Formats: sequence, structure tokens, C-alpha cells
Amino acid sequence: MFRLDQIVKAYDGIRALDGVTLDIAPGRTTALIGPSGCGKSTLLRLMVGLVAPESGTIEFDGRPLDAGAIPGARHRLGYVIQEGGLFPHLTARGNITLMARHLGWPTARISARVGELATLTHFPADGLDRYPGELSGGQNQRVSLMRALMHDPEVLLLDEPLGALDPMIRFELQEDLRRVFETLGKTVVLVTHDLAEAGFLGHTLVLMRDGRVVQQGSVDELMTSPADAFVDRFVRAQRSLHDAPGARP
Amino acid sequence: MRFAAVLALLAMMAWAAGCAPREREIIVGSKSFTESVILGEVLRTLLEQAGLPTRHQRALGGTRLVYNALASGEIDAYVEYTGTLTHEIFAADSPEPPAALRERLASAGIVLAGPLGFENNYALGMPEPRAARLGIERISDLQAHPDLVLRFGNEFMERSDGWPGLRDAYGLPQQDVRGVEHDIAYRALEAGDADLTDLYTTDAEIAYYGLRTLVDDRGYFPRYRAVLLYRADLAGRAPGAVAALERILGRIGEREMTGMNAAVKLDGQAEGEVAAAFLRDALDAPVVARDEGRLDRLLRHTREHLLLVGLSLLAAILIAVPLGIVAARQPRLGQVVLGIVGIGQTIPALALLVFMVPLFGIGAGPALVALFVYSLLPIVRNTHAGVTGIPMPLIDSAVALGLPPGARLRHVELPLALPTILAGIKTAAVINVGGATLGALVGAGGYGQPILAGIRLDDTGLILEGAIPAALLAIGVQWLFERAERAVVPRGIRTRTD
Repeated sequence: MFRLDQIVKAYDGIRALDGVTLDIAPGRTTALIGPSGCGKSTLLRLMVGLVAPESGTIEFDGRPLDAGAIPGARHRLGYVIQEGGLFPHLTARGNITLMARHLGWPTARISARVGELATLTHFPADGLDRYPGELSGGQNQRVSLMRALMHDPEVLLLDEPLGALDPMIRFELQEDLRRVFETLGKTVVLVTHDLAEAGFLGHTLVLMRDGRVVQQGSVDELMTSPADAFVDRFVRAQRSLHDAPGARP
Repeated sequence: MRFAAVLALLAMMAWAAGCAPREREIIVGSKSFTESVILGEVLRTLLEQAGLPTRHQRALGGTRLVYNALASGEIDAYVEYTGTLTHEIFAADSPEPPAALRERLASAGIVLAGPLGFENNYALGMPEPRAARLGIERISDLQAHPDLVLRFGNEFMERSDGWPGLRDAYGLPQQDVRGVEHDIAYRALEAGDADLTDLYTTDAEIAYYGLRTLVDDRGYFPRYRAVLLYRADLAGRAPGAVAALERILGRIGEREMTGMNAAVKLDGQAEGEVAAAFLRDALDAPVVARDEGRLDRLLRHTREHLLLVGLSLLAAILIAVPLGIVAARQPRLGQVVLGIVGIGQTIPALALLVFMVPLFGIGAGPALVALFVYSLLPIVRNTHAGVTGIPMPLIDSAVALGLPPGARLRHVELPLALPTILAGIKTAAVINVGGATLGALVGAGGYGQPILAGIRLDDTGLILEGAIPAALLAIGVQWLFERAERAVVPRGIRTRTD
């Protein structure tokens, strides 16, 4: 779906992406993972056209994603920014339907679509007319997801969608996200720093470090045949309950 | 394109407010002291008696301003003094014969119709007990008392035939000499904070404050004979106006003038009533004073004040909000825009008003433009701050959704900046309510008019008649904007004050 070739992107002379070459398979969930500052969020912003590369090429569905192609491509992409990016002056419904109203969808079509999405994401109907400030963090993430899905995009791009949530809600939302991805069968690119989450949601993991792709594959491949010592360390750096003092072996 | 249209609209508004009535009405002017205002009322009443539509631009300002207003056609007639014409307007050293004065004025398109009858000469006055104790009777006696505190009216302090000339002519040694509002100088004498001030010989205060007028033993002060001036084109424009005005020539003696001054300043009568009463006696004319009544007056001032504040604020919103958005979009241009409107704000309100007079004449025009300039900064700055202060993730979300720039501005940026923009407009409105009181200085009316008249007449009641409604209006405007904020700002971004 996306084909990136030798992408370089620098901020103030520091390379956030340093020659990234990557294929994103259609209909699959790809998880971009790595430590903070490895360039995974920048890569996602590149795909939605919020930043442009200094050098290298990026193709979307076989065509170069340049300034002329970006506006059209955005109608085929759904993007959820870190922390959700919900507009505080609009209700949940207002956020979800903003673009559809701008495009002049009929009211009946809009409300039918909102109903579908609320069911899909397990969002309570009475929350639709509340403002983001009046909803919980988990509910706001569901609203962000609905907003991204409103126009039924081919590709869903999620930047740390569960980053700021507490563990119980995070666990529940991970389940819901996996179910949504399976139901819709869309191309999904997801940024996370949590290996377990990446493994739970993604078919393919892309591990990054210092603006480069270090290894690409399933969780098993990363664990059994790490490409280098960093991959090994990153995979081992995940705690499990067995590590707790006094836990039974 | 839209900017140009708004600018054109603004210019038209200022023009309409400042100049439009000139074609229909005859406008009488007066300087900002009581005698001049009374004489203005006398002229107005005479013209109205003759059935001519007339307006009196009361207490416009100092000599220069009023004379220039006559020369440029802003006003049609007023009463001036020969000494002032010679020394202040034509800057001549020695008194000129009346014929020469007449000729000079004629070349400026002004007719000197003739004397009203009385003279109002400069003199120096000192509280009687103090003068008696120090043994001062003549101005030259002052040479022996260098420690005396001198407080002169601002105009006397500055004009060539005032203090500078007097000091040189008599060799006066006093150091503590300052110019103040003339009515305040009288009160300083009464309180013992000052020893000496300049007087006019028809002043009602001479008797009231118990002042001794010092003899001008070197004949320094020129003679100030009151004369009627009107524009040469008046006869052609309004037949009958000249004849009506000239009825007053030779009819007001010193006693009558001092009496009228006292009736206003000491007895607190309205200038219009005093003028009407005089004309009834002197000309045996069946004049009825147009007594406005406190409530009517208050309503008129309120209307004028609201018009000043409302129009200038509306124009400022139409210009400043787009300007703030442009400034936010183009950071470098933004710095320039913020700098320029910032400079507008640093000009003192009074100076700004005076700059506007040559451009927009007298009346509401210059006041509207000055208030407009004053309102720009808070609105531009707050719009700029509101738009640039929107968190980046929200902008990115709007862009990624595919909203084009115009829709982004309408649906996301402006609504999010709205509370900040409204706060800027509220600040501008409250400042404007206060600033508009200064409009009375250039004849724009409003609550400033009773305040200025009250200061001039030392009438606290009159001052409060302007000050209390102005304060209430400021509070009301504040309250109204807070209500408006609750009505138009969505619940999601309202500041939690309730």
C-alpha cells in the first residue's frame, strides 16, 4: 500500500529518518516500534503528508505521494494523532462528523454512519453529545477512532493510540482495536513503544532505531532470530510477571 | 478587496459624522471658557430667532483650534478678542489699527463685523488679604517678592503676549511658575497653594474669590475688545444670518458680560438660559430658552457616547480580526502589523485626537477615528495570540482530516480562538467607553461634555452627570460581553467560572 525508498527527514540538522526503505502490505496491520525518538511517529506523519521528506520517495497505492497527490490521498486515509487530537469546542458527534458535514453528506447518511461506528467501537450512544472534556480518556480514543473511520478510509494510521491510558482501559481497548481491525480488514499502520501491544495487534512488526529500520518480521522472528544485539536487548527489555520478586517460577 | 471596502466604509463614516451637517446648518463655535460659551449661545439664539437651523459647537478648544475651524469652514461664526487676533493669530508685536486687522481677516475669507461692546483684558489677581499684607498694588511691586507662587492658565503661560512677555517687560524674578487649567488656578489661590494668577477683567470670580487686580503700571497688556467674526461666504449661503448676528453689535457692556458670567459660574444657570434672559432684556426679543432638562440631556449624551463607542468598535472588529489572522499566518508580516498597531496605542489619546482634527475636522469624525485606532491593538493582539496559541496536534488533525484552509479557519481555528478574541474586543470596548469621554474636547459630545463643563464651572454635580453614566456603561459593557461569551462560546472550551 505504501512503498518508501531511502527516505531522509531531518529536524534542525538532526536526522529523524536516515534512509528508511519499507513496504507496507495492504490489508495487514503493521506495527512501528522502537525507543523514543527512533523516528516511528515521523514515519507515520510522512505517510499522511504532514511532513515531506528531504530525499527519497514515498508511493501510495503505486503513485508518488507528492503535494499534488496528498489532498486526494487524505480522503483514503484515516489518521489518529497522539493524545487523540479531538477538537475541544465540538461534541463527540461534532468531531466525528466535521468532515462529512463539510463535504455535504445528507443528514440521514451521517447519523446512520455514526450509529454503525458507535456500535463497532462500543461507544455509548449518550456520550455522542458530550464534549471531549466531559469524556474519559478511553472514550475519547474511541471518538478519535470513529472520526478517522467516518469516511471509510482504505488505510488507518494510528500514532500511539493507547499511549496515555491506564492499564485496565488499555487492555480493554487493545481487545476492541484488534476486533475492529479484524472486522474491517483494512491496511493499518500503528505506532507503539510497547512490544506486547505491537505483537498483539500487528501482523508485522517494524523495529526502528535512530531513524533506521533495524528488523522487520513477526514477534517470534524478532525473539528467535534477532538481527543484532540491539534487537535482542529491546526484546528482552520487556517485563513479565515472572520477574516480580517472590513470584513462583 | 474586502479590506479596501471596509476602509472606504470607515472613511465615509468619519466623513458623514464629521462634515455632513455643514451644508444645512449654521455652526457657531466657542472657545473652552465660560464667557466664550455664553457668547456662542447668544449667537445661536439670535440665529434661531431668525428661523435659521443652527448648531453650537461648544467649548471646542483654544484660540488656534477655533480660529482655524472658522478659517477652514468647520464653523461659521464666533466671538474673538482683538488682542488675541493681533498677538496670537497674526503674531504682531504692536497693536494694529482696526482697519489693518479687518484687512488681514478679509484675506482669509473672514469678516470682522465689529465690537460687541465690552473689553475683556488680561490682568493679574491676588487674594486681597495677601496682597494687603505684602503691600502689592501694581505689577511692578512683584519684583520685590521672588518667592511668590504663580499659577497661570495654560494659554496665558504659553502665548507670546502672556507670561513670557510680561516677565520680560517687568523683569519679574519668580521661579515657581506653572500653567494649569484656569479654573484650577482659582481654587489653588483659595486654598493658599498659589499667590497669583492671570484674570480676565469680566471674570465673575474676581468678586467671588475676593481678588485684588494689580495695576498694569507699564501698560503691558494689550486691549482685548470682543468682536464678532463670521465667514465671508455666510451672507451668500444663509440670507438673513448676517443681519441676525449683527443685532448683537454694541449691545453687551462690561457689566452685562460680568453679570452673565456670574449667573453661569456662581449661580449655576445653564449658558443657554443666561443668553436667552439677556436677549429678552437687551433686545426685547421674545426668546424662550431651550431648556433641555437633565433627563433629555442624559439621553442625548448616552446616544452620542454609544454611537462613538459602537461605530469605532465595529470598524475596529472588521479590520482587526482579519489583520490578526493574517499576522498569525505570516509570522514576519505579523511582527510588522503588531508593531504598527502597538505604536498607535502608545500615542497619547489627547495627541491622537488633535492629530485627527486637521484630517477629519471637528465633531464625531476625529473622535471615531482616534477610538478606532485605539481599539485595534487589543483585538489584533488577541486574535493573533488566539490563533497562534492553538495546539499543534489540533491543527495537524484538521489538516489530516482533509479540511481545506478556509474550512479549517471557520470550523477549527476561529472557534478555538474565539474566547481570546472576545476578551480582546471586551478590553477594547471598555477602554473605548473611557476614551470616548475625551471626544468632547473636539466637539463629539458624549459623557465627556458634562464632565468638561463641570470642571469649567466647578460644578461637581455636572461632573458626576458624565462620570457616573460613563462608569456604569463601562461595567455594563463588561457584563454584556461576559453574557455574550457564555452564549457564543461552546461549553467544551468555556472557562470554568460558573
